[in-house]
Amino acid sequence: MLHKYPKRVAYIMLVLTALVAAFPLWGEAVFGNQANFMLEKLTLMLILALFAMSLDLLVGIVGLVSLGHALFFGLGAYTLALASPDFSPASMWWMLPLVMCVSACVGLIVGVLVIRTKGIFFIMTTLAFGQMLYYFISTSPLAGGTDGVFIMFRPSLTIGETSLVNLDNPYSFFYFCLGMLLIGFLFLRWLTRSYFGQVLDGIHDNEHRMQALGYATSGYKLVAFVIAGVMAAIAGMLAAMQYGFANPAQLGWHTSGEVLMMLILGGMGTIFGPILGAFAYEILLYIYEHATTHWPILMGLTIIIAVLVLPRGIAGLIIAPPWHSKRQTEPGTESEHGKAQVALSAKPAPSARRTKP
Amino acid sequence: MSNEIVLATQGLTRRFGGLVAVNDVDFDVKSNEIHAILGPNGAGKSTLINLLSGEIPPSEGKVLYKDRPIQGKSARQIARMGIGRSHQKTNIFPRLNCLQNCELAARIHMGGVFGSWRSRHTARQVSERAQEVLDTCQLNHRAYTTASDMSYGEQRQLQIAMVLATAPSLMLLDEPMAGMGREETVQVTELLASLTDRYTLVLIEHDMDSVFRLADRITVMVDGGVLESGPTEQIRTSEKVRDVYLGRHEEGATA
Repeated sequence: MLHKYPKRVAYIMLVLTALVAAFPLWGEAVFGNQANFMLEKLTLMLILALFAMSLDLLVGIVGLVSLGHALFFGLGAYTLALASPDFSPASMWWMLPLVMCVSACVGLIVGVLVIRTKGIFFIMTTLAFGQMLYYFISTSPLAGGTDGVFIMFRPSLTIGETSLVNLDNPYSFFYFCLGMLLIGFLFLRWLTRSYFGQVLDGIHDNEHRMQALGYATSGYKLVAFVIAGVMAAIAGMLAAMQYGFANPAQLGWHTSGEVLMMLILGGMGTIFGPILGAFAYEILLYIYEHATTHWPILMGLTIIIAVLVLPRGIAGLIIAPPWHSKRQTEPGTESEHGKAQVALSAKPAPSARRTKP
Repeated sequence: MSNEIVLATQGLTRRFGGLVAVNDVDFDVKSNEIHAILGPNGAGKSTLINLLSGEIPPSEGKVLYKDRPIQGKSARQIARMGIGRSHQKTNIFPRLNCLQNCELAARIHMGGVFGSWRSRHTARQVSERAQEVLDTCQLNHRAYTTASDMSYGEQRQLQIAMVLATAPSLMLLDEPMAGMGREETVQVTELLASLTDRYTLVLIEHDMDSVFRLADRITVMVDGGVLESGPTEQIRTSEKVRDVYLGRHEEGATA
């Protein structure tokens, strides 16, 4: 994790966070009358970053490649859309717990069934569950069929009569999403550094060994699956607030595939990598969409090149830049690259904080 | 060594399709003894260990641990009952340091339901247990070394330390000295010898010097079955066993 990575990782992430947080200050100067559109884009990137980070817990930390993670993203969106009153805003105080509870329950049910499978079978069963919900929602009149459900009012965040954050305001909503992303990041950072994270790490490395030590690995994987699902559902809820509707496409396999690409692009198992991946993916998408109608070809090529050139994603490039390996060969030079290489393969562990006496 | 039988198998058989890897094996392990299992490659030794540790279920037969049948139980259940095992291939967590590897092994056996979120007191107990086994295995000077940076011999010792950290009453060690140099082999032999007063060991090993030095009793397996089982001296002088290792067994079988 960050404590094991070179300090530049923390510096770069702090600078990027500050830059994003200060967008309202420089956005208009750079983008002019496009600033509001760009703010919306940026808000979407924050939401997708939270979504990608939740998948990283499954794919990068535990080693469970899911192609049905959009199930939870869509579930969060639909829970908000269907539970919101038509003529007044819902309160975020009960909407957020409701989304978390619904996604946790679904995660538990789906998880109990899929966690027993491994490898390609896990991929296929998660995909199957995702597609099952997709077709159910697409054909259900209650959920608006293929049109989806519109959200008339964004939930409100108030204490008594006082509004804490006006979520209808694009700037307030942007900061709300940034806050949710930071909370998600800090939560995952804490989780992966805990003993629980150490066990997940062990499962990722060698599940048989963990079982031979006496660990009920399925239980740990199930908890990770539920946590990842809840985080994805929160991202889905935010996305529905941003778009103003919940749509079946939000829980289709395309969305699952896209978030997996963000993860690959950003760097798996690093937690901060998926944030960079989500931003990079959305920026590339914006550029390609405006350059050509055949943008999927360009995007596909980019992903292929990224996998070949940057197998550890953008995060790998920051943790162990190639130019550092050249410096390493100079005699007498202390190698930070060597440390970074260990950090790249290293995972969080509670007692890793202890240093050699 | 006492006469109390800790582990026993009755007619233990494992088939893989048409191949009978373990065939009607009866053997027992007494408390605080080192019971070695010998045999040429393909004799079924590792399959036997996998059956005992629950990694694969038997096709037929029984495994009794402290008079309780354990066949069909999962590897996790068997580990929690007090049977620890080390694998033939080095099987550690390379990204964790030496102490963390042992803590990971110790933590699950030190109470609690989920075994991951614990009090400071339990965390200290886990850490002390991990330090203790590192001392036993003479790895305390490497406590904060990342496991992947350790030598092969040290990694094998760490694997034994991890089994010890689970506080087992019976240890199944699958070729703990495989691939080691002479010096490292002697070191591990000394380590295993020092454990006999506290643990019961089932040892699969090809290093004959170590086996004959350590083992109280030996079971020799050939073609999935037990060729001979008895005290070390009996096996050392057995004509049948010599035939197997000199190749006369196969000649006799094909004749």
